[in-house]
Amino acid sequence: MVAHIRRSLISVVVITAVFGFVYMFIGVGISQLLFHHQANGSITANGSPLIGQDWAATKCPGHPDGSCVFHGRPDNTGPYAAVVCASNAKNCTPSSGGDNPLVANGVSGSSGATNLGPRSQTLLTNTEQLVAYWKGLGVDNPTPDLVTTSGSGLDPDITPQDAMVQIAMVSDATGIPASQLQALINKETHSAQWGFLGAPYVNLLELNTALANLG
Amino acid sequence: MGLFLTILVLVVALGITWRYLGSYMANVFEGRVRYLAWAERPFYRLIGTSPEQEQSWKRYAGSLIIFSAIFLGVGYLLLRIQGSLPLNPQHMGAVKPALALNTQTSFVTNTNWQNYGGETTMSYFSQIGVLTVQQFVSAAVGIAVAIALVRGFSRRNSPTIGNFWVDITRCMLYILLPIAFVAGLILVGEGAVMTLAGTATIHDALNGVTQTIPRGPAGFMGAIMQLGTNGGGFFNVDLAHPLQNPTAITNVLYIWLTLSIPFALTYTFGKMVGSIRHGAALLSAMVIIFGVWVGFTSYAEHTNNPAVAAAGVHSTVGNTEGKEVRFGDTSSALFNVSMTQTSDGAIDSASDSYTPVGGMGLLTGMMLGEVTPGGTGSGLYTILVYAIIAVFIGGLMIGRTPEYLGKKIQAKEVKLAGLAALVMPLVVLILTAVAVSLHAGRAGPLNSGPHAFSEILYALTSQGNNNGSAFAGLTGNTAFYNTIGAVDMLLGRFAIMIPALALAGALAGKQIVPAGLGTFRTDNGMFIGLVIGVIIIIGGLTFFPAVSLGPIVEQLSHGKFW
Repeated sequence: MVAHIRRSLISVVVITAVFGFVYMFIGVGISQLLFHHQANGSITANGSPLIGQDWAATKCPGHPDGSCVFHGRPDNTGPYAAVVCASNAKNCTPSSGGDNPLVANGVSGSSGATNLGPRSQTLLTNTEQLVAYWKGLGVDNPTPDLVTTSGSGLDPDITPQDAMVQIAMVSDATGIPASQLQALINKETHSAQWGFLGAPYVNLLELNTALANLG
Repeated sequence: MGLFLTILVLVVALGITWRYLGSYMANVFEGRVRYLAWAERPFYRLIGTSPEQEQSWKRYAGSLIIFSAIFLGVGYLLLRIQGSLPLNPQHMGAVKPALALNTQTSFVTNTNWQNYGGETTMSYFSQIGVLTVQQFVSAAVGIAVAIALVRGFSRRNSPTIGNFWVDITRCMLYILLPIAFVAGLILVGEGAVMTLAGTATIHDALNGVTQTIPRGPAGFMGAIMQLGTNGGGFFNVDLAHPLQNPTAITNVLYIWLTLSIPFALTYTFGKMVGSIRHGAALLSAMVIIFGVWVGFTSYAEHTNNPAVAAAGVHSTVGNTEGKEVRFGDTSSALFNVSMTQTSDGAIDSASDSYTPVGGMGLLTGMMLGEVTPGGTGSGLYTILVYAIIAVFIGGLMIGRTPEYLGKKIQAKEVKLAGLAALVMPLVVLILTAVAVSLHAGRAGPLNSGPHAFSEILYALTSQGNNNGSAFAGLTGNTAFYNTIGAVDMLLGRFAIMIPALALAGALAGKQIVPAGLGTFRTDNGMFIGLVIGVIIIIGGLTFFPAVSLGPIVEQLSHGKFW
């Protein structure tokens, strides 16, 4: 018994040192050396393409806010946070974890999903209001991704179809012809990795940066 | 199409892993791999043991319990005082007592249930020195128990089943560490963060957004958490987070890491008992059940989300609520099924928002006892328990004394196997009944209607099976759920491990009788069918009434919303 306890205590110290700190410190060291950019969050001048941003508040002179850029999923954009709090009395302060992806856990940039079930009245109401929101912006047939939230609440990507349905809105606000926007989306579309892993996607930060460079 | 090619790549990769990693692991545990002996030997001297010093099953189990208990205590303390420890750039305060108890229990039992949001609760010191360490240790402890049970079959007239300290050391040093290290580098290369520099704040001139980006040593933690079927991610949303699971390639790599050891251990088993065919038979049972679950869950997720469809948006890309665009619907389902058929429990999409049938696929995957392929080690020792029950039933049918691998299965072994198989369903169902009877339990769910019941059932099933996956709508960070969860996890882990070790001790002491004409074959299709039958009947019959109150009601309620 005593021998077991002594043995356990020594093991705990050695194992914590080797498999916790040595493993992680060497990991950080080599990662910083070999993959400096990725290891620090792939951060570019306008943010990280891996973390979604709120595009809905972008100022568009003479047009509704946000209509001159492509939007992401309602995680970080649109009226989602307000909708959740208006219709769901339970667990709905903006600082509570999980149900407000924009400020999950009360910290902007932290992760969280809505966790609403497939037969949730709240999810139905939210979706209806998001459809109305998109119609108000001039997107008549919003795609499923544009009215549902992601798993992380930080999804930086949309599908090519999600971008296509926004062409009329962006074209109207910027005056850039639809065909040119179509070509831009095609150019910015990443095909599935190795041709079949995951799904084709457009990174919003890349797309909107390219859009800004057009104008 | 993409799903089929993804599965094909995984099948090929896992096939190679099964053959070579399986063989390598047998060599490690039989002491034939020695290239790190220079690191092993001083450690054994320090703690006063050696590979020649073998233990009886009771001493083996004693070492395991005391070692785990002390790690539980030390980890709990470190979480409680994290505010005063170094490596805390975001100045996180102490973790509250009930949460610290639940969290450390969860990591010691290989569950990795998360009632906390990683980026908002844990300091780097806690993530590294408490959580990541357990991701190595709890995996190694599980594998050690499995290897001890395999020795029960491979040895004859032996009073001992190995040395616990040597087994876990070799497992961490020769198996977990090298694979995790290489995988960690690939993950970082693809975009997973790996830094100790704290959060970054950026300003985007295009839209006027100022954003705080949480960072930390997520890449290497991700590698060991998946390899050890732990599943507790650096961030709140686990592997849905783009900074820990940035691309479709990392998504598939995570699936491979999770499935590699549990599948390969069946080869290790076959090699150690001298019959690869017996290992392949268990593998077949695992693969068949796994395949069926991937099939129907992916299919269900490729259909419309009922609430979104009712709002007039019809989808050709499946249920998108709670899923990331870069993975797509079917790959997300493949990922979450892989994590609930093992004891991993990581998610790359929100399980709570799966369609009723998809969510049921995840829930029932755990209810089958996580043997297809199950957790690192726990999958093998649990399916061996089911195999013993299967030969017992087979023996009853043909009227002969049952044998498995030449070991007579007698009353004692059947009792121990029965105990090990029934602990989990009993604990899960009783605790679920307690939770739905108490106000504190009913206060947890975010959703209403049958989905609320599913959330409670899912949480206790997940913890009782040491999975850690969640219908995350449940508000679990309460004194009630933290405590009941800790009880659930401890019983689900150790109340199965101890009978499994007792079984190892009982079997190791037996003679091996040569197979005769009347011996019931345990390496053919008939036996595979029998094992699958036992798994489905035990899991299915015990849980069917509970499942029918949750996902099944939900699926059948057309047009109704709660």
